[in-house]
Amino acid sequence: MGRKLLRFKRKDLLGIEELSREEIELILNTARGFKEVSVRPIKKVPALRGKTVVNLFYEPSTRTRISFELAAKRLSADVINVSTSTSSVVKGESLVDTARNIQAMEVDAVVIRHSSEGAPMLLSRVLKASVINAGDGSHEHPTQALLDMFTIMERKKKIEGLNVAIIGDILHSRVARSNIWGLTKMGARVKIAGPPTLIPPMVQDLRVQVFYRPEEALIDADVVMCLRIQLERQTSNFFPSLHEYVKVFCITPERIKLAREDCLIMHPGPINRGIEISNEVADGARSVILEQVTNGIAVRMAVLYLLLTQR
Amino acid sequence: MKATEEKVILDKKGISKTIARMCEQIVRRNKTRYGLKDLAIVGIRTRGAYIAQRIVNILKRKYKTAVPIGILDITLYRDDLTTVSAQPVVRSTEIPFDLMDKRVVLVDDVLYTGRTVRAAMDELVDFGRPRNIQLAVLVDRGWREFPIQADYTGVSISTTQSEIVEVRLRESDGRDEVVVRRR
Repeated sequence: MGRKLLRFKRKDLLGIEELSREEIELILNTARGFKEVSVRPIKKVPALRGKTVVNLFYEPSTRTRISFELAAKRLSADVINVSTSTSSVVKGESLVDTARNIQAMEVDAVVIRHSSEGAPMLLSRVLKASVINAGDGSHEHPTQALLDMFTIMERKKKIEGLNVAIIGDILHSRVARSNIWGLTKMGARVKIAGPPTLIPPMVQDLRVQVFYRPEEALIDADVVMCLRIQLERQTSNFFPSLHEYVKVFCITPERIKLAREDCLIMHPGPINRGIEISNEVADGARSVILEQVTNGIAVRMAVLYLLLTQR
Repeated sequence: MKATEEKVILDKKGISKTIARMCEQIVRRNKTRYGLKDLAIVGIRTRGAYIAQRIVNILKRKYKTAVPIGILDITLYRDDLTTVSAQPVVRSTEIPFDLMDKRVVLVDDVLYTGRTVRAAMDELVDFGRPRNIQLAVLVDRGWREFPIQADYTGVSISTTQSEIVEVRLRESDGRDEVVVRRR
């Protein structure tokens, strides 16, 4: 293992691609200390008292927005939620103008979700405030990958050397992209599987093994990450029918037998039950899907803490 | 004192004697007709937690009383979080018992400005309402910035602000000693 990093020096968290292994480890270690705050009788610490966090969501979200809001509130920061359907965005204000106006109100961090890849980076160049990417198009969703790695670390005590299978719609998945960056940096062996039309070109450059049938990726897997079929991003037909996708790719009890007996079943949510994952697997003993949600708050608290307590 | 010189305030034997005497005082003050009922020991990370563990061990061995122990990480309650240059590492707080109506002895290695103790008390009361909070420190070096004093003091020494008081403990530093040295 490399040198242990003791402080985070970035203004923003835009993606996992730009992070070093040491930075990822610092975030995961910091999150460990925060997990216990959420089970205290008073679920609040004063660390970010007087700081203001704006949640700027240009795409629908329940989990991520609530998770960021709770993370900030449990650190005593003030949180404003801007949902674009009720804001000036509908009057045609540009992203940069919206951001500049938010900046003029002296906020400390902007958490942004946007359908366009690179929107958080654009904001980070305009704003003095910290920018946290909460998902940009098909590009990255860094806090999801961090909470996935935190969950694996907590259950398996390591990431290095584990076999991780990521299965489903890789092409549209920012979760897959962030996880591939993170898991390979942490030394896991990553295998991806999906229909050829849903595997992005050039993906072999990311040091992953590519398969077109789930069975091959599942063999000896320590962790299985199922991805949601993103019906809202399907602009053309990527597979003949949903029925056929289910038949070939759905993670069923039968298919999961190929993985290791103690494998973890993960899903970033929301789940399309019976499409990418069967009910039995999603609700089974090896599923850590709800633990992922719990851990998401600790990881986001760590990210907010590391970004907002720098001098 | 030369820059590299260290003055030993307590050696291994001195530390163990001092902690034993503090235990005696804690017992004397908290003994009720039901024994050491409702007593709890809470150490402040890092070295206060080790001293707290030693106190609990002595109470068990010498006074035949099992006392619950807790550990506080006060990082998130510091008043200098956004001004301190190095980002403090956050570790977990562990209070595995109900604080309601407990007599809590808060334990730290060195009492200096009093700011750590202020943070620790704020954190403690977020876990419940203890009957009282008492403070035990191995070394009181003066220079208080808050109106805080210890109930049990191992040793009191006078220092200048350019000096550093270092408590070294077997658990974290491989040996037991308290030294004063120049910054």
